[in-house]
Amino acid sequence: MSARSRELFALIPVGLLVTAGFTAVLITQSDQLGDLSFVYGLYFLGLCVATHFVIRARLPDADPFLFPLVALLAAFGVVMLFRLDDGLARDQANWFVVGLVAFSLTIVFLKDYEVLERYRYLIATAGIVLLLLPRLPGIGETTNEAFLSVSVGPLTFQPTELAKICIVIFLASYLNEKREVLVVGARTVAGIVLPPLKHLGPLLVIWGAAMVMLVFIRDLGSSLMFFGAFLAMIYVATARISFVIVGLVLFFAGAWFFANTVGHVQERFDIWLDPFEDAGGSGFQVAQSLFAQADGGLFGRGLGESLVQLPGASKDCLGEFPDCGAILPAPHTDFIYAVIVNELGLFGGAAVVLIYAMIAERGFKTAVLADDGFSKLLATGLTTIVAFQAFVIIGGVTRVIPITGVTLPFISYGGSSIVANFILLALLLSVSDKARRRVRRENEALEAEYR
Amino acid sequence: MNPQIVKLFGFILVLYALLFGFTSYWSIFDADGLEANVANKRPLLEEQRIDRGEILASDGTVIARSNPRGRGGDRTFVRSYPEGDLFGNPIGYSFVERGRVGFELSHNDELVGNKTEFLSILDTLRGQTQEGSDVQSALDPEAQATAVAALGGQKGSVVAIKPCTGEVKTMVSVPTYDPNEVRSSSGFQALNQDPDAPLFNRATQAGYPPGSTMKVVTATAALDSGEFDPDSTLEANSGVEISGVPLENSGGADFGTIDMETALTNSVNTYWAQVAEDLGTDTMYEYMDRFGFNADPPLDYPSFQLAPSGEFADGKLLGPGSDQIDVGRMAIGQDKLNVTPLQMAMVVAAVANDGELMEPRLWSKVIDTDGREQKLNPERQSRVMSEETAETLTAMMTDVVNEGTGGAAALASDQVAGKTGTAEIVPDQDLNQAWFIGFAPADDPEIAIAVTVERTIGGQGGTVAAPIAQEVLQVLLENSEGCD
Repeated sequence: MSARSRELFALIPVGLLVTAGFTAVLITQSDQLGDLSFVYGLYFLGLCVATHFVIRARLPDADPFLFPLVALLAAFGVVMLFRLDDGLARDQANWFVVGLVAFSLTIVFLKDYEVLERYRYLIATAGIVLLLLPRLPGIGETTNEAFLSVSVGPLTFQPTELAKICIVIFLASYLNEKREVLVVGARTVAGIVLPPLKHLGPLLVIWGAAMVMLVFIRDLGSSLMFFGAFLAMIYVATARISFVIVGLVLFFAGAWFFANTVGHVQERFDIWLDPFEDAGGSGFQVAQSLFAQADGGLFGRGLGESLVQLPGASKDCLGEFPDCGAILPAPHTDFIYAVIVNELGLFGGAAVVLIYAMIAERGFKTAVLADDGFSKLLATGLTTIVAFQAFVIIGGVTRVIPITGVTLPFISYGGSSIVANFILLALLLSVSDKARRRVRRENEALEAEYR
Repeated sequence: MNPQIVKLFGFILVLYALLFGFTSYWSIFDADGLEANVANKRPLLEEQRIDRGEILASDGTVIARSNPRGRGGDRTFVRSYPEGDLFGNPIGYSFVERGRVGFELSHNDELVGNKTEFLSILDTLRGQTQEGSDVQSALDPEAQATAVAALGGQKGSVVAIKPCTGEVKTMVSVPTYDPNEVRSSSGFQALNQDPDAPLFNRATQAGYPPGSTMKVVTATAALDSGEFDPDSTLEANSGVEISGVPLENSGGADFGTIDMETALTNSVNTYWAQVAEDLGTDTMYEYMDRFGFNADPPLDYPSFQLAPSGEFADGKLLGPGSDQIDVGRMAIGQDKLNVTPLQMAMVVAAVANDGELMEPRLWSKVIDTDGREQKLNPERQSRVMSEETAETLTAMMTDVVNEGTGGAAALASDQVAGKTGTAEIVPDQDLNQAWFIGFAPADDPEIAIAVTVERTIGGQGGTVAAPIAQEVLQVLLENSEGCD
């Protein structure tokens, strides 16, 4: 069976999941089953099949599992959002259309992703500008005191989501060129291989950028995610664990310093250490998240059965309990994982984590198959940043690390996140298509020779 | 680069294993702990969907009921209290905005119909929704109203117990509050910041000096230990040195050499202080413990709304070994002694029940949704004294009402036995804590009662508290079904 046919078949369970999910929510919420759930299921499946044909036409050899896995996450997300509020699900479905269009456009217009290497400084500049946009007066907006979004007219978007792609492209290109230079001239001090001092420059620059993000943009989550992806890439490029160690030491020293000096960072750490100390105030979100997960147990309450709002409260009232309806704050964005565990239990949460692990596996497989450095690093970077982003937010919700405000890729509500992540997927599939085509041709050549 | 990529994948798997581990911890291993966390409003919100059972008074009057709001999946129930402030303190409230206290909290499981896990799974499979049982309390509305009226706005408390079962027939704490007002933030704030502390249940939480009512405990210890009998005589003039400091009788009176009966009837401080010094702290503590002192009473009531009675220093309960105890003054209800009205009602209930103390109970019956009834099964708390001691004490306490300080508690219909108490709070301003504890009918007691009035100016137990006890006893005896 060809890769594309496998992809098509893998989409069938996605369609079933969406239909089943919507059915379950409809039953619990209205006590009657309309044909609406099948309409949603078919609509979603239709979108996926359409995208499948774009991939079939332009990237015939691309990895067959990445898109169905992402579609599975998206299905998970849209069902959870429908369960919270049907208006949110409708908006999200519309953003999927936009995201899939962006995905298709990326595939169609970027015939060869390797041209990106040539524009790396332009792309890096674009990434940095995007990161700084939310600080611009007039258009920048804050969420929980972090400068996360930009608002132009009726549109609000989070530029970090797009910036992460730009930064990964730049790092892949830069590290591919410099990786040999970074390795030579290393010295061993006390058993640790230290890179030459002059090559620590780029590391320090990126570290500085991460710290600026931490303090200036006040976005601990993105800072963690970017710096983590950078360390992962430099490790893959140079095979020098010492870069990672030096980087981590610098990062934690910086984070510790700012945790003790900058209010918002400090508060995040205090909440992480004991969310119950001020469970009605600053620790409210994390405490409520843990309560929601405890309420879920092994199998969860069932779709549509958990308590996200005060019974009888207005759906429009998304403020916090008790003044307003919401018991769990931001159930559609930051804390959607807590809602999943609440409704589908540990099994549901584990399934989500497993899907991210499988996406990571396919992404790294792509990196392994690719034969040039830029492709390898690009696939590694793109995969890592998605995998880290999922870890940073799920880790925050489950108190593995302090809570930060990044979205859960492909699941959380939010246009910029969806559009950016689908563009990221398009790039990853492009790398995969090229790598696998080469492998297929080599095999075919071998077979021909054998015959 | 491939080996590094594989290692990176391994690292990410480790991170994801952490996520799985933490999710398991919160959702399974620490789930019970999180559910019990005070900041967790989920259980309260869940229970708001349940038709909570009614709370009834002894005559069937509805004290608390649930009113449905909304419909379908959004249907919730809101509590209302038709009797207003009459049962405010003992019953408490249950509101999602405010949590729950009192009887509403201690009987929550029955009121929401909580069953064992197995039974509730069966119910879910059968498609039954959880419904709460009705709980009947022993409280008598007429007696509640009489007690509030008799206190007439004076701060204080009345607790009446049916001695043979331990059922609490009256529990009043003035100022009262209307639980309906607690629901709104402003209403709660107003009550919570009121300097007269209406939300504070004086019957179970307030520690007052018991004054001479403590002499019933001292007399029990003296008689039941066999160290003294009603004819034991002592010289009881004012100025007897107790713990090295001279002690005065009320009004500085000198009684000469008197027996115990005279000493109780006339409430002679110096007599009882000497008795206690003779008995020693350990014997006094043994009898106090038997009466239930030095521990939260075993009432079906939230522990944070119960206070123990005993000797306190710096807010801490003292043990019998403490050198801060002045046993002579403790025996006459002075020194560091702080008691709750509930504790003093238990003291007289034990005397009234032939020396056997029953555990106090606010509930008497649970009626489930199918109409099945579960009745209170009275439980013995302790055998405080022999029947003989109880009989002797009853005779002496009868004299207190017939010939001594407790005359105002006397009823035409039944013989009342009792003891008054007047503890000086601020002697310069003549501020007293007035007490009356007693029971009736003396020969076959059906009701035991403790009445106390806070900071009454110039009032005495006999003049302020005894008349209140008389009115409440009258009502309760009329409504009484007797003790079997």
